Amino acid sequence: MRYVDGYRDSDAARHIARRIGDAGARLARDGRSVRLMEVCGTHTMAIARHGIRDLLPENVALCSGPGCPVCVTDAGYVDAAIELARRGCVIASFGDMLRVPGSEGNLAAARAEGARVVVCYSPAEALALARAEGASEVVFLAIGFETTAAPLAALLATAAAERAARFSMLTAFKTVPPALAALAEDPEVAVDAFLCPAHVSAIIGAGAYAPIAGRYGIPCTIAGFEPLDILLGIQDLLEQLADGEARVVNQYARVVKEEGNRKAQRVLAEVLEPVDAAWRGIGVIPGSGLAIRERLAELDAAHRHGVAVARHDPEPGCLCGDVLKGKILPAGCPMFGGACTPDHPVGPCMVSGEGSCAASYRYAR
Amino acid sequence: MCVAVPMEIVEIGAGGVGVAELEGTRYDVDLGLLERVDLGDYVIVHAGYAIEKLDRAEADERLALFVEMARIERGETDGGGA
Amino acid sequence: MTTRDKIQLGHGGGGRLSRELIEGHIAPRFADGPLRGFPDAARLAIGGASLVFTTDSFVVSPRRFPGGDIGDLAVYGTVNDIAVCGGVPKWLSLALICEEGLPIDELDGVLDSIARAASRCGVGIATGDTKVVAKGQCDGLYVNTAGLGEALPGFDLGAEKLAEGDAVVVSGDLGDHGMAVMAARAGMDVGGGLASDTGPVHGLVLAIRDLAPKVRFMRDPTRGGAASTLNEMLGGRRDVGVSLRERDLPFSGGARAVAEVLGVDLLHVASEGRVILVCAPEAASEVLARWRQTPEGRGAKAIGSVTRDRGRVVLETAIGGRRLVDVPQGELLPRIC
Repeated sequence: MRYVDGYRDSDAARHIARRIGDAGARLARDGRSVRLMEVCGTHTMAIARHGIRDLLPENVALCSGPGCPVCVTDAGYVDAAIELARRGCVIASFGDMLRVPGSEGNLAAARAEGARVVVCYSPAEALALARAEGASEVVFLAIGFETTAAPLAALLATAAAERAARFSMLTAFKTVPPALAALAEDPEVAVDAFLCPAHVSAIIGAGAYAPIAGRYGIPCTIAGFEPLDILLGIQDLLEQLADGEARVVNQYARVVKEEGNRKAQRVLAEVLEPVDAAWRGIGVIPGSGLAIRERLAELDAAHRHGVAVARHDPEPGCLCGDVLKGKILPAGCPMFGGACTPDHPVGPCMVSGEGSCAASYRYAR
Repeated sequence: MCVAVPMEIVEIGAGGVGVAELEGTRYDVDLGLLERVDLGDYVIVHAGYAIEKLDRAEADERLALFVEMARIERGETDGGGA
Repeated sequence: MTTRDKIQLGHGGGGRLSRELIEGHIAPRFADGPLRGFPDAARLAIGGASLVFTTDSFVVSPRRFPGGDIGDLAVYGTVNDIAVCGGVPKWLSLALICEEGLPIDELDGVLDSIARAASRCGVGIATGDTKVVAKGQCDGLYVNTAGLGEALPGFDLGAEKLAEGDAVVVSGDLGDHGMAVMAARAGMDVGGGLASDTGPVHGLVLAIRDLAPKVRFMRDPTRGGAASTLNEMLGGRRDVGVSLRERDLPFSGGARAVAEVLGVDLLHVASEGRVILVCAPEAASEVLARWRQTPEGRGAKAIGSVTRDRGRVVLETAIGGRRLVDVPQGELLPRIC
């Protein structure tokens, strides 16, 4: 594939791995071990899929932050979706959400019991369903970071313009920069550098990370998803750490601009507004969510159908929160691989395709 | 999912909708999040929308960098910079 | 009742849940005799004749996809199960379950595919049945088959035969069928870029019949893909494993592209016209040479080897890392065959 295959060359990977080794050695000479955190579910999966951790030196740890939007979604959200299904709505969703545990079962189970749950490859299908479907309400489960929020905001704008009937979204959008700030400020979280997401950055721009690097002195490097991109990103972070720097470096300049995608940002701002949001396992992070603006309330499923998304505490013993904060690796959770597996997940980190625990279970056991 | 490989725009229709192609498979793509797009541009597609264009000069430069690294690694050049 | 007390879509996925269903509910009742180990086909002796016997059901949706239809799958799927158990397919049974309202033209199209495929494989339809259920009680058309073939001498296949150093080879690109069906289901326009690999593989088995003593294992990687096939192959063995080389895995450009877009691991995706084979290392180059001379084996490659390991399938990634290749979790691709 053009613009993909060349970014997976094994000789180039070896070259970068050696540079990573050099930077790691410099840090080791100063007696330093460092902790890098990636904050994007797709990075989590790519790192696991390509076995990138095998190429890192002993004193470099790579952990996964809360970059999996499904993982940070509260059980109460799944409960609300199931309640909507019980009331006769057709629930349209990306596949990932179907196995996330609510407080009494997941959407896949609800479907086995007769709930109408449709997996969509693209959200436009959900709107088409609402146009076509005779009398049923369609609710799209709108979960994601800015990369997903932008297309969904555009779709909401389309739905509003055509006065779509019987269509709404149950939203749980989250934004990345406030989460990075919360992690940087959390004394329980020890992160030396952030590997920043590729396509969230395409929307928000490289400049969005300047406050993180500036205020907290944490290097932030934006990297693409291909293995060589990730390796270069890691190399850059290690070199910054060895040189005592804390800059924002855009290693994905072929897609990410300093200012981001201005048009997408405008669409986002027209349809959605920042709100406080609860991140499962982390707690409430002010201003870290996006909700549908009041003038479009008819398209907000919670408002339209009068369901509340209740907050739930995680299962006792579930350490998803610590995994999400990068405090422990998946294998550090006592339930990992035993009581909690992809087949019977306790928390979302195990069930989501992008979850740290699922990636670790699938690729690295 | 943020999974998104660059695809080539092969058709631009009315109403901000286009068709992108990857290895022979064609995908309907909404172009409403881009200011401007031309036939032959490569775009990143997410959830059925093109969210950004690929800067091909940057992409090619990055590719050339990797090719150079690979050659250094195989001992085909004098090594040094890059 | 909880989710665990009802059949879920995942039970038909060829992954973990499927295994649990078979091991937990079917094996305890039936797994004495030929069913032990759940080979794709049974080798039976009846009145002095050595036979290979198999059955399969086809519920693929959509019924027509780039490269074929449910009729093609029904014939080739059955023929292939016989072939990979070291048999020459001879006769099929054909049972149809039609939903009220199925257009007869469509039924004719499927029957034509079956006839063409059977002729291509040199098999006959010996017996059959037709049922019709009311609208809504099945999805259009389901097909069930059984297949009977002659057992080829010399094939003694099974997990117990695997030894460190054995070569793992595949007859061509993996995952084209599953990706073609998934793309069709998602309404994607694949142009000429991607098509199901549904086709017969008995020619591949016949091409190496004299090498049978060197062959440890053969299977067509259908539901659950190569990952399921190899993990199942290892069976209960905890002293060997498989190591695959990512850069040697054959995937078509079209399948890779759709898999990237849909976030799917091609090692979990069904093929319907391929063979994965494990043989003694000294036989590998001969197997590949013979396969590459057949139309269906042109793309044959050596992809890995049997290692000393604790029953795991491991992948050496293209960039020099390693990762586990596990069976898929559940309903990756429902109704893929």
